[in-house]
Amino acid sequence: MSKPKFAMYWAASCGGCEIAVLNIDEKVLDLDANFDVAFWPAAMDAKYKDVEAMEDESILVTLFNGSIRTDENEHLAKLLRRKSKILVAFGSCANEGCIPGLANLSPREQIFERAYESPSTENPNHLRPQAACQVPEGTLTLPPLQAVIRTLDQVVEVDYHVPGCPPESHQIAAILDVLIQVVKGEAELPPKGAVLGAGNSTVCDECARKRDVKVIDKLSRIQELPQLNTTDCLLEQGLLCAGPATRSGCNSRCPNVGAPCIGCYGAAPGVLDQGARLMTAIASVVDANEPEAIDRVLNGIPDPAGSFYRFSLAHSLLRANREALAEEP
Amino acid sequence: MSDSTFEPVIIGFTCNWCSYRAADLAGTARIKYPPNVRLIRVMCSGRIDPTFVLKALSEGADGVLIAGCHPGECHYLEQNYKALRRHRLLQKTLAQFGIEPARVRLTWASAAEGALFAEEIAAMVNEVKALGPLNWPARPLPVATAPAEIPKLSEVAA
Repeated sequence: MSKPKFAMYWAASCGGCEIAVLNIDEKVLDLDANFDVAFWPAAMDAKYKDVEAMEDESILVTLFNGSIRTDENEHLAKLLRRKSKILVAFGSCANEGCIPGLANLSPREQIFERAYESPSTENPNHLRPQAACQVPEGTLTLPPLQAVIRTLDQVVEVDYHVPGCPPESHQIAAILDVLIQVVKGEAELPPKGAVLGAGNSTVCDECARKRDVKVIDKLSRIQELPQLNTTDCLLEQGLLCAGPATRSGCNSRCPNVGAPCIGCYGAAPGVLDQGARLMTAIASVVDANEPEAIDRVLNGIPDPAGSFYRFSLAHSLLRANREALAEEP
Repeated sequence: MSDSTFEPVIIGFTCNWCSYRAADLAGTARIKYPPNVRLIRVMCSGRIDPTFVLKALSEGADGVLIAGCHPGECHYLEQNYKALRRHRLLQKTLAQFGIEPARVRLTWASAAEGALFAEEIAAMVNEVKALGPLNWPARPLPVATAPAEIPKLSEVAA
């Protein structure tokens, strides 16, 4: 019997998810031993037309990382959905939009302006990317940027979710083990729609730091603090930490080494909107009752939308800035 | 873009102990206020998670009113201060989404202030009318989420 096919694709992403997969070290050999890698642009040469030529559902599992930013991303999402039995939204971009999703706070024109006309950009002829461009040899095309970033499950049906920016390698290795057992007939697949490779609680629950007073009278950025102690809750020490609203699964990696959680594992179980839940948590512990005093503390958050929705904007209730959404067809 | 025929939909969260009773009093006293507000009673304004507000706005509401007991008079001691802090934080965040502050209003009303509560509602309805409809574009629902039966190994791996 031939080996089942495996694919991994990157849409609007940074490539960190592929590195996280390679970080499982020698376990990647198990992947090769049990699967035929049919399509993985980051690791091997392949053409879209080869995927198009495959039979529908001929790929057993596709790990899809990256969000849907361009028409090309959308095409590949739909194509890989058709060709795959199991489609996994892999990593924060595919699940919640991640850092690229923050572009949803700006209408498209502003994004282009920032990218092609900013003071640090050398672009004397004010060139902008075009969907089509005539050259003597014919027409060159580029996939157009869509109005807002969407997550994979806003475009196609998704079977499983693996959160994280990137997913932790030990979690990936565990998922791969289960997958291999499934292929060998030694285990059943988890229920459809399950979140794999993550915990069922919050980062705070996994964090070893001591929560004591549970109030904050000042919020600072990490570089503004003279010193952090190594035992107490970072929020109580005045750092905005996303731990209370973020799904566990990373073993509280960042807070353990003195950096606040920034929320990359997405909304905690049962939370509809990660940013809203984080606002609830932060506002609850602000040690002030008068409007001016409250604002003095809250002014320590210069970019609230970017801080509360750093990874989950595209999957939040509002999804994007009003002006950006208005351009959506 | 104000439209004279536009009647805003406003979701009003009122607390069980003061503001809902203020609304009740406005009713029994036959005080008139515009019918644009749909009231939802919760136990305390401190129960209002910004999620509720965002869900309302993203699913068709033009504005959200949060009403609690006056500061210092909360039935649960100081939960209305939490409502105040959340409201201020939410307003800062909503500005980045392009949502005007007048669409999310926080007010206090004691059980005796039926007339004041009616005035607040009238004022808010006027302000939101002047802003026009919000019409937040619908969120694409996750595509086909009906839990299908779990495929058997043999079928999947075949």
